[in-house]
Amino acid sequence: MTTLLVLTVLVLVAIAIWQLTKIFELSQLKSEASQSEIANDADNKTHGYLLFGFLIFIYGITIFSFAKYSKFLLPEAASAHGGEYDTLMWVSFAVIFFVQIITQALLHYFGYKYRGEKGKKALFYADNDRLEFIWTIIPVIVLAGLIISGLYYWTEIMDVSEEDDPLIVELYAQQFNWTARYGGADNVLGDASVRLIDIDRANVLGLDESDPNATDDVLVKELYLPVGRKVNFYMRSQDVLHSAYMPHFRAQMNCVPGMITQFSFTPTITTEEMRLNPEVVDKVKRTNQLRAQWAAEGRPNSDPWVFDYVLLCNKICGKSHYNMQMKIVVVTQKEYDDWMAEQKTFKDTMLAANGEEGFTPAQSRTEIVAVNQQ
Amino acid sequence: MSAVAQAHVDAHDDHGHHHKETFITKYIFSQDHKMIAKQYLITGVLVMGFIGIAMSLIFRMQLAWPGESFALFEAVLGKWAPEGVMDADVYLALITMHGTIMVFFVLTAGLSGTFSNLLIPLQIGARDMASGFLNMVSYWLFFVSSVLMVVSLFLEAGPAAAGWTIYPPLSALPMAQPGSGMGMTLWLLSMTIFIASSLLGSLNYIVTVLNLRTKGMTMTRLPLTIWAFFVTAIIGVISFPVLLSAGLLLLMDRSFGTSFFLSDIFIQGEVLHYQGGSPVLYEHLFWFLGHPEVYIVLLPALGITSEVMATNARKPIFGYRAMVASILAIAFLSTIVWGHHMFISGMNPFLGSVFTFTTLLIAIPSAVKAFNYITTLWKGNLQLNPGMLFSIGLVSTFISGGLTGIILGDSTLDINVHDTYFVVAHFHLVMGISALYGLFAGVYHWFPKMFQGRMMNKNLGYIHFWVTAVCAYGIFFPMHFVGMAGVPRRYYENTAFPMFDELTNVQILMTVFALIAGLVQLVFVYNFISSIFYGKRGPQNPWKSTTLEWTTPQKHVHGNWPGKIPEVHRWAYDYSKTHENGEYIIAGQDYVPQNIPLQENEEELNH
Repeated sequence: MTTLLVLTVLVLVAIAIWQLTKIFELSQLKSEASQSEIANDADNKTHGYLLFGFLIFIYGITIFSFAKYSKFLLPEAASAHGGEYDTLMWVSFAVIFFVQIITQALLHYFGYKYRGEKGKKALFYADNDRLEFIWTIIPVIVLAGLIISGLYYWTEIMDVSEEDDPLIVELYAQQFNWTARYGGADNVLGDASVRLIDIDRANVLGLDESDPNATDDVLVKELYLPVGRKVNFYMRSQDVLHSAYMPHFRAQMNCVPGMITQFSFTPTITTEEMRLNPEVVDKVKRTNQLRAQWAAEGRPNSDPWVFDYVLLCNKICGKSHYNMQMKIVVVTQKEYDDWMAEQKTFKDTMLAANGEEGFTPAQSRTEIVAVNQQ
Repeated sequence: MSAVAQAHVDAHDDHGHHHKETFITKYIFSQDHKMIAKQYLITGVLVMGFIGIAMSLIFRMQLAWPGESFALFEAVLGKWAPEGVMDADVYLALITMHGTIMVFFVLTAGLSGTFSNLLIPLQIGARDMASGFLNMVSYWLFFVSSVLMVVSLFLEAGPAAAGWTIYPPLSALPMAQPGSGMGMTLWLLSMTIFIASSLLGSLNYIVTVLNLRTKGMTMTRLPLTIWAFFVTAIIGVISFPVLLSAGLLLLMDRSFGTSFFLSDIFIQGEVLHYQGGSPVLYEHLFWFLGHPEVYIVLLPALGITSEVMATNARKPIFGYRAMVASILAIAFLSTIVWGHHMFISGMNPFLGSVFTFTTLLIAIPSAVKAFNYITTLWKGNLQLNPGMLFSIGLVSTFISGGLTGIILGDSTLDINVHDTYFVVAHFHLVMGISALYGLFAGVYHWFPKMFQGRMMNKNLGYIHFWVTAVCAYGIFFPMHFVGMAGVPRRYYENTAFPMFDELTNVQILMTVFALIAGLVQLVFVYNFISSIFYGKRGPQNPWKSTTLEWTTPQKHVHGNWPGKIPEVHRWAYDYSKTHENGEYIIAGQDYVPQNIPLQENEEELNH
């Protein structure tokens, strides 16, 4: 039905345009050859006014978009650096809109004001060094300010040091899902390599079974983070490029096969607290109204939604790229500890999958590599 | 140098213009720059542009109505849209081919190929390009590469689908996605030939501008179009070979088992042998071309705008030397900013700082250009022809799109908007739409030069402009908000994330604007084709322009000028120049063509 409707609209628009062109052709014939294809005073007048109208349109669509869409933007940042990020973003936007409003006004107003008329004389005005100097130096100063503050935050954000006892987490990407690995009780990740992956024996991340650090590692499909503690992420990918995008935390880093990339942030708002944030409450309400409507229409995937932080893949990675996600849950330290206590360690999962003999910590890594390469 | 040019002139004066031309030498294997320009325009812009834009409309429909069944999809996509519902793989193929075709085939070859070929000899006063033969080879290589790219659409497993940047390993491993099989091989092959074509073209443009300028045409008297084409060609020669190497290395990784870009890969249950390569290396190589490519696309459009705007404002372009300087500055800076595409690629964060710095520097010459355009309009006598409107439109989108570059060029702010629709909105406005406007401005303005004095219908041109202008903002302005809401690009549908549900209406709005914009391009196509045959003939110099191309006869002659090549006595922007008493230099005429000698009591200002 919708298809039909859309096609009908398309056909109608096509006919409308065809008819319009015909009308113009005919009107051209009537007014004889005197009317050339070069703009005359009447054209200049019409389109001068239209340029002014277009300026109003640009302002209009700006205001419309802000009024209607700014509530769709991401809620308050849930990480320590996120607040600074948002501030810098709004400062930059203030600069951008200031410049945008003024330059578009000048451009279109001049287009309207100086529209051509027969006999009018344009001003021969080829150069003005002082003017050009001014509009070179102003961007220089403004940009310098933005660059310096940007770089200040950048070095701060990208400082993935082990100071302040960060929680160590590996984000592991593959087509098309995520796995998180915690360092376990020792908070140290065991060595791993894709060459050690052994699906049959449930070693899906290629952990080095001979590395004592690996035995207590915890592999999970939902990322739990304690609030207020710095988290250092180490990203790996086993197949193609992926990107770990955590928009609510203003965090993103690509996952690159063959290397380990890093990102670090401190979550500051728990999932529970975020669900009570007025912006989020409104958003959930709006979304669930929409979903209720969809459910009434019998559409799939329309159950009510509860807000959760989410990790998205943001680097094209193949067919199901659009659905490569993992839930992030930020909890209090106590809740985190309780949750962690319930998780199985790497050793436990290997034992469960392979029995006592299956887990062979004695086998050295080089041997396994050799076996795999055969 | 002038001796060379002189010899060339003499040789042509002697042998006259009575070559016997067959249909094949005139229309197909032509070595005449004017014909080659038209060939580029029709292949690159009309044919490839049609395909590229049609693809975008199809995937925009999928984005607005995800999972909906359309008879159109089934008709166009066949088995890739079973029962009219688009498949996720073909969505990726569509966006990949849309990007590739629009960036390379339409806006690089179509834009530069058309206008560099048409205008360089005509505006510098040369009989033809330095090498007509290489010019012909360049076009036919482009034609072959276009055919290969189009053929890849019909492969069993579909065309390349790894995004237009074809990052490995996705593009290197056929098991990672169907498009990375034969489709990617053809993509690489097609692009290799494309680069060869582009290099032959660029070298020809450079040599022609340097060596074949007519007497009196010093570099500082060149119209800004020529400066833009010249510098664009230089950027192309510097950066395209790097893409060629990246492509060849990728081809070797794919076919001969080398590990330039691949390492430690486990896919579909097995470990691959690749070790030691780095996908980040590919990103460096790709963007070393990829970023200058933005300016390869944009500078010719800005050059065209400078010329069209000055002519129609009846004023000299404001700050000619500053404009040339900013073209040069942009060209130089464009080769050292590529890393801003890679802030979060895993490269050393310190490099991120360096690239932030160089990137925001490039905003300065861009700002100077924008201000100079605005000042050019000030106190003008604006003739609002369709070409002029598109030029003003270009400045508008160049500003709107360029400003958001401040966000993306700042490594900190890039973190959260990287690869979201914010980026898509930014580059479509600043390079896509702006370059297309430049292209349209050029077509409306120089159509009489291409087609024996026939002109395009102005009223259809006006409809084309206004609808396109409204729709372009209608599509891309709201798109920034989608990006800032966190929606990643290259998602087949956003239904997997309830947090994006309420953006559905925005998607529909953008798609409706896109469909209207797409349809109104048909008005342009109709206007273009019908004007070739039935367009009204205008005067020899319809826009009262000062540049040399309007001194040639409307009917194309081999060698451009029937007699001697005109000598140049002044710069290209003597519009509304007056004596001290306020009278025009030539009484009753508000412009002085470049081939008119300085008049009595006339001062050569500035240049």
